[in-house]
Amino acid sequence: MSTRHFLPLLALLLLLFVPMAAPGLQILLTLALAKAIAVMGVTLLLRAGQVSFGHALFFGISAYAAAFIAATSLDDLVLLLIAGTAGAALSGLLVGLFVVRYRGIFFGMLNLAFSMIFWSILEKFYHYTGGADGLRLPRPTVLGLSLDRAPFELLLFYLTLALTIGLGWFTLRFLGSPIGQLFQTVKTNETRLEYLGVSARTTLLKGYVLSAALCGIGGILVATAQGIVTPSYAYWIRSGEMVFIAVLGGAGSIPGAVAGALAYEIVRAYAAAFAADIWQLVLGVFLLVVILFAPGGLAGIYTAIANRLSRRDPSPTAHSPNEARQ
Amino acid sequence: MDYTLILLAIFDGLSYAALVFMVAVGLTLIFGVLQILNVAHGSLYAIGAYLTASIGGAIFAAGYAPILAFPLMLIAAALVGILLGGPIEYLLLRRIYHKPEVLQLLVTFAVFMILEDVQRLVWGNQPYFESSALQMLGNIQVFGVYYTVYQLILLPVVAALTLIGLRLFLRRTLTGRLITAVTEDREAAQAIGIDANRVYLLTFVVGAGLAGLGGALASPTTSVLPGIGAEMIVLSFAVVATAGLGRIEGAAIAALLIGLGRSAATYTYPELQVLVPYLIMLAVLLVRPEGLFGSPAARKI
Repeated sequence: MSTRHFLPLLALLLLLFVPMAAPGLQILLTLALAKAIAVMGVTLLLRAGQVSFGHALFFGISAYAAAFIAATSLDDLVLLLIAGTAGAALSGLLVGLFVVRYRGIFFGMLNLAFSMIFWSILEKFYHYTGGADGLRLPRPTVLGLSLDRAPFELLLFYLTLALTIGLGWFTLRFLGSPIGQLFQTVKTNETRLEYLGVSARTTLLKGYVLSAALCGIGGILVATAQGIVTPSYAYWIRSGEMVFIAVLGGAGSIPGAVAGALAYEIVRAYAAAFAADIWQLVLGVFLLVVILFAPGGLAGIYTAIANRLSRRDPSPTAHSPNEARQ
Repeated sequence: MDYTLILLAIFDGLSYAALVFMVAVGLTLIFGVLQILNVAHGSLYAIGAYLTASIGGAIFAAGYAPILAFPLMLIAAALVGILLGGPIEYLLLRRIYHKPEVLQLLVTFAVFMILEDVQRLVWGNQPYFESSALQMLGNIQVFGVYYTVYQLILLPVVAALTLIGLRLFLRRTLTGRLITAVTEDREAAQAIGIDANRVYLLTFVVGAGLAGLGGALASPTTSVLPGIGAEMIVLSFAVVATAGLGRIEGAAIAALLIGLGRSAATYTYPELQVLVPYLIMLAVLLVRPEGLFGSPAARKI
C-alpha cells in the first residue's frame, strides 16, 4: 500500500476513537459526516458535469419525512432511515424525470426552482409543516430500544461513520461500474453515448436518483442529531453550502467530499463565532479562490503533494486536478 | 369573482410583470451576449432597491422634495451597473469565458453568496420602506377601480420604453450592432476589429444596471428586506427560461404571462401564489424544452 492511501485510512481510523479521545468533537463530527454523505450526492452529479443548486430539496424532504413518521407510533431510527431515503429517492425520481432533459444552466437552475418551491410550501402550509418554526423530531427508538441521550448520540456517531464509509465505497463502486462509466460520459461526450445506443437521460436519471438518496440520508442523520427540522433544511443557502463543500473537497472526488465536509464543519465551528455575519461572504470568496486557483480542491492538492513526495509521474487518477479544468 | 376583482387582478399582474421584466431583461441580455447566466443578478436587483429606499429615506427626512425619488432611481441603477457590474465582469467573468458552463455558474453563484452578505452588512436585517414616489403620483380611477398611477401607468410605461429602447439600440445604433455582431460570432467579430472585451463589459454593465433599475422601481411598492434577491433570481430565471434564454421580446411576453398568472392565483387560491410562476415555467418547458421563443440548439458531435 502506498503512502497515498495510508493517510486517508489513518484519518478514518482516528475518527473511530473520537468518542473516547475527544468527546467534545463527537456531535460536530456526526453532523460533518452526515453532511459529507449529502455532499457525495452533489459530487456525484459533478462527475456527470452537472451542478445542482437545489439538492437541499432532497435533504429537506427526507428530514421532513422522518419528522412526520417520528410523530406517529412507528418512531424508530431504522424506519426513519428507510422511509426518509425512500422519500428522497422517490422525489428524486419524479424531479429527475424532468430535470434530466436539461444540462448545464437549466439543470442547475431548475433544481434551484424545485427547491424554492418546496421551501415556500414548507413556509406557507404551517398547519402541517410548522412553518418557519419547523417540526420537532423527538429522539427515536433504535430497533425498539429507547436509549438515553448519551448512548444514542454515540450510536448515531458510529452509524453515521459507518454509513459514510459504506456509502462512499458504494458510490465509488457505482462510478467504477458500467452504469457509472456511462454516467460520467454525460460530461465528456453525451452525443457519442447516444450513438452507442444508450439513453443519456436514463443514465443521468439513475445517477440523479442515487444522488437524491444520498442527500436524503444525510438529511435524516442531521435531523435526528439536531432533533428539529426547519425550512432552512431545504433553503438555497443549504444547497449552496453543499455545492461549496463539493468544490472545496475536489470537484468529483468522493473522498474529497468527506475531507471537504470535515474541514468545512470544523472551521465553521471555530471561525463562525468570529465571522457569523459574513459567513456567506467568506464562503463565496473561498469558493472563488478554489475555482480560480485550485480547481482540484483538497483532493487535487493532496494528489499533487503525494505525487511530488513519491517522485513519480502523475498517475492518471480518476480525480486528477487537471480534470476540473477541461 | 366580480368585475372589479378581475380588473384589480389584471392591474396587479400588469405592474408586477413590468417589474419582473426589468430584471429578467437584463438577465437575458447578459446571457444572450456573454453566454453566462448571472446568478448574482438577484443581488443586483436587491442592492438597487436598498440604495433607493435608504438614500431616499435619508434625503426626504432631511426635507428634500419627493420628486427627487425619480432621478435617485436612475442614479441607483447607474451605481449598481458601474460600481458592481463593471468590476464583476472585468475582474471575474473575464477569466472564465473559456471554462466549462458549470464553473461559470459556480463563479456567479459565489458572487451571489458574497453580495447577499454585503447587503446584510450594509443595511442590516430590518426592512426598509420608502414610498414617496408612489404617493406623489397619487391614484387614478379606471373603470370604477382605484389604483396607484405609479404601478398602473409608470411601471408598465418604463418597461415598454426599456423594451423598445433596447430593440432600437441593438438594431439601429453602431454600438448595438457591435453587440449583435459579437453575439452572433465572437471570433468573426474580433477578426474584423471589434473589441469583444469592451462589448462584453458594456453589456454586463447595462444588464446589471437594468437589474438595479428594477430594484429601484420596485422599492416604493414593497418593503426591502433580506432574501428578496434570492427570490428574484429564481423568478426572473423562470421568466427567462419560459421565454427562451436570450430572447428579449419573449421575456416581455413571458413576464406578462407569469405576472397575470400569479395575480390570478392571488385572488383565487392565495396559497398557490408563490407556486404559479414555477408551474407556468414547468408547463411550458415540458412542452417546449427550449422555451416559448427559443430555438433548439444544434448539438456538437
